[in-house]
Amino acid sequence: MNRINNVFKEQKSVFITYLVCGDPDINSTLKMMHSMVENGVDLIELGIPFTDPIADGPVIQRGIERALKNRVSLIDILNLVSKFREKNKTTPIVLMGYMNPIENMGYKKFSSQAKSKGVDGLLIVDLPPEEAGSINQELSKNKLCQIFLASPTTEDKRLKAIARYSSGYLYYVSLKGITGSSLINYQPIKKRINKIKKLSKNKIPVTVGFGIKTPEAARKISMFSDGIIIGSSIVELIDKNRKNKALMHKKINNFVKSVKSSLVK
Amino acid sequence: MKKINYKSFPDKNGRFEEFGGKYVSETLMYPLSELEKAYKKIAKSVSFKKELNNELCNYVGRPTPIYHASRISKELGSCNIFLKREDLNHTGAHKINNAMGQAMLAKAMGKTRIIAETGAGQHGVATATACARYNLKCVVYMGSEDIQRQKVNVYRMKLLGAEVISVESGSKTLKDALNEALRDWVTNVDDTHYIIGSVAGPHPYPMIVRDFQSVIGHESKIQMKKINKKADILVACVGGGSNAIGLFHPYLNEAVDIYGVEAGGFGLNTGKHAAPLNKGKPGILHGNRTYIMEDQNGQIQSTHSISAGLDYPGVGPEHSWLKDNKRVKYVSVTDNDALKAFYYLTEKEGIIPALETAHALAYAFKLAKTKKNKNILINLSGRGDKDIDTIISLKRIKV
Repeated sequence: MNRINNVFKEQKSVFITYLVCGDPDINSTLKMMHSMVENGVDLIELGIPFTDPIADGPVIQRGIERALKNRVSLIDILNLVSKFREKNKTTPIVLMGYMNPIENMGYKKFSSQAKSKGVDGLLIVDLPPEEAGSINQELSKNKLCQIFLASPTTEDKRLKAIARYSSGYLYYVSLKGITGSSLINYQPIKKRINKIKKLSKNKIPVTVGFGIKTPEAARKISMFSDGIIIGSSIVELIDKNRKNKALMHKKINNFVKSVKSSLVK
Repeated sequence: MKKINYKSFPDKNGRFEEFGGKYVSETLMYPLSELEKAYKKIAKSVSFKKELNNELCNYVGRPTPIYHASRISKELGSCNIFLKREDLNHTGAHKINNAMGQAMLAKAMGKTRIIAETGAGQHGVATATACARYNLKCVVYMGSEDIQRQKVNVYRMKLLGAEVISVESGSKTLKDALNEALRDWVTNVDDTHYIIGSVAGPHPYPMIVRDFQSVIGHESKIQMKKINKKADILVACVGGGSNAIGLFHPYLNEAVDIYGVEAGGFGLNTGKHAAPLNKGKPGILHGNRTYIMEDQNGQIQSTHSISAGLDYPGVGPEHSWLKDNKRVKYVSVTDNDALKAFYYLTEKEGIIPALETAHALAYAFKLAKTKKNKNILINLSGRGDKDIDTIISLKRIKV
């Protein structure tokens, strides 16, 4: 049983946060990871910075630009996970990003390194299952989960396939748009989550991300999903408070705590 | 060389062997498959073809002539230089061939809003024009650096009723405009069609744009035959590669030498260029697998070229494939050599070419000096009016 499966077994609603690795700097990322876990985060998606993040809105774009200024590479990220594992052996880490940095390192090298450093899964935004065949072989060999996205435009036939190809969990993108957009309506999301659950033969946990900005939104979505993902709101707290690190950590911790306490137990 | 039927690609997965594909976020998978379905339908439709042909004749001004540049041919040696005059199209470049086709396709799909990215502004102007013609709302994304160097085209787009959005992220050029357009599309998929201007992007774009641009090569064949000539050598500039593939594709299965000319910028060894086929390696950018310019960590590098239209770190996947199977030879020309060719054609033939096109001209002139008795057909992809500001500031011409 891997760490991702465990956490979905243990928690009614899994609390997932996203951070751009290296924003505002790599030591702060490590510190935030540990304090997030202390304050109730169950799984961390660690963003791999990339020069051309086509699915990200301005907030995460700025976070990525800061990380790139710090010249954070994929190897640095893997090493950071390994450092995190010195103190934490249970919280799952999923690397999230775009295909090219991984393509550049090579699927084989990436997968074996990721495994040995303590990564649990991979989510590539610009990699639909159709293109994922060869990387999936390497990931599976190393028992790493591959998380795929489903979206409001995904047709039923594809939903079924995406559920089948996903391991660990499925990431449902709540809206048509980029990260940091605002969510308006919960009802259609609920309907889609129920649909995916009905179509999924492997009972893959279904999480929801994009547009969740408040404890209230998190609570509502946790009522019908297996987990919620918050990214832009946290990166925005970094953006606004990064000049005063103590304040930045404090604000993030408070936000994380307030979300955690709102989730369905 | 292995025997390949070049006309049978891309395959059903949108691949040119290891290149191409659909590397996009999930939200775009549906509109891309809708687009593919709609395109396949209209590509077979006789009435669509007839209507497009009518538009190309009476609105765009096709067929564009092939001109025998006799003065420079004589001066350069024994070859005959022919220019396919895409610069004489309405709006001044080959870009309109694709913009018209895709605007009609969007109309057929019931879309009411068009978005586009643009580098030099030629594709933006062509799209804004087609949108005015077809009563479609038009939004064009353009890097703020490109807006500065191609102001005239920005004015034209605005006059035509398009909204031009300045892109301030990343390197503030074509690649960032493409990123922003993709973000817009993901947000507005229901009513919006994205008219990509080059043979780049995810499948089916490289195929659709190629097909609409292939009119260049098809016409060329007929026109050369009419004057009892056959092209021995084809030359075109390659940024994303749409004018090049438009000329090359109908000739790929024939015995013709083909050259694609990339932007060498300050020189291939300076790192300041836009020549991924010469200096890059295969990677993934903007939805497809192709040659790209990247650093050792897989981050996309910023490029340099005097011509905004070639200033792009990737290239259409079909070109990557044609490079690897050695069907097309990809070479490069520096900013300086392109400028020399720009002046040369202007002064000797009375044709002011676009700076993009000047790259193709520079290489073709070099070939003309070394080859014997060949017919060299160059795609004169666009006219240079848009580059006048750049040139004037270089030459310090005073009124």
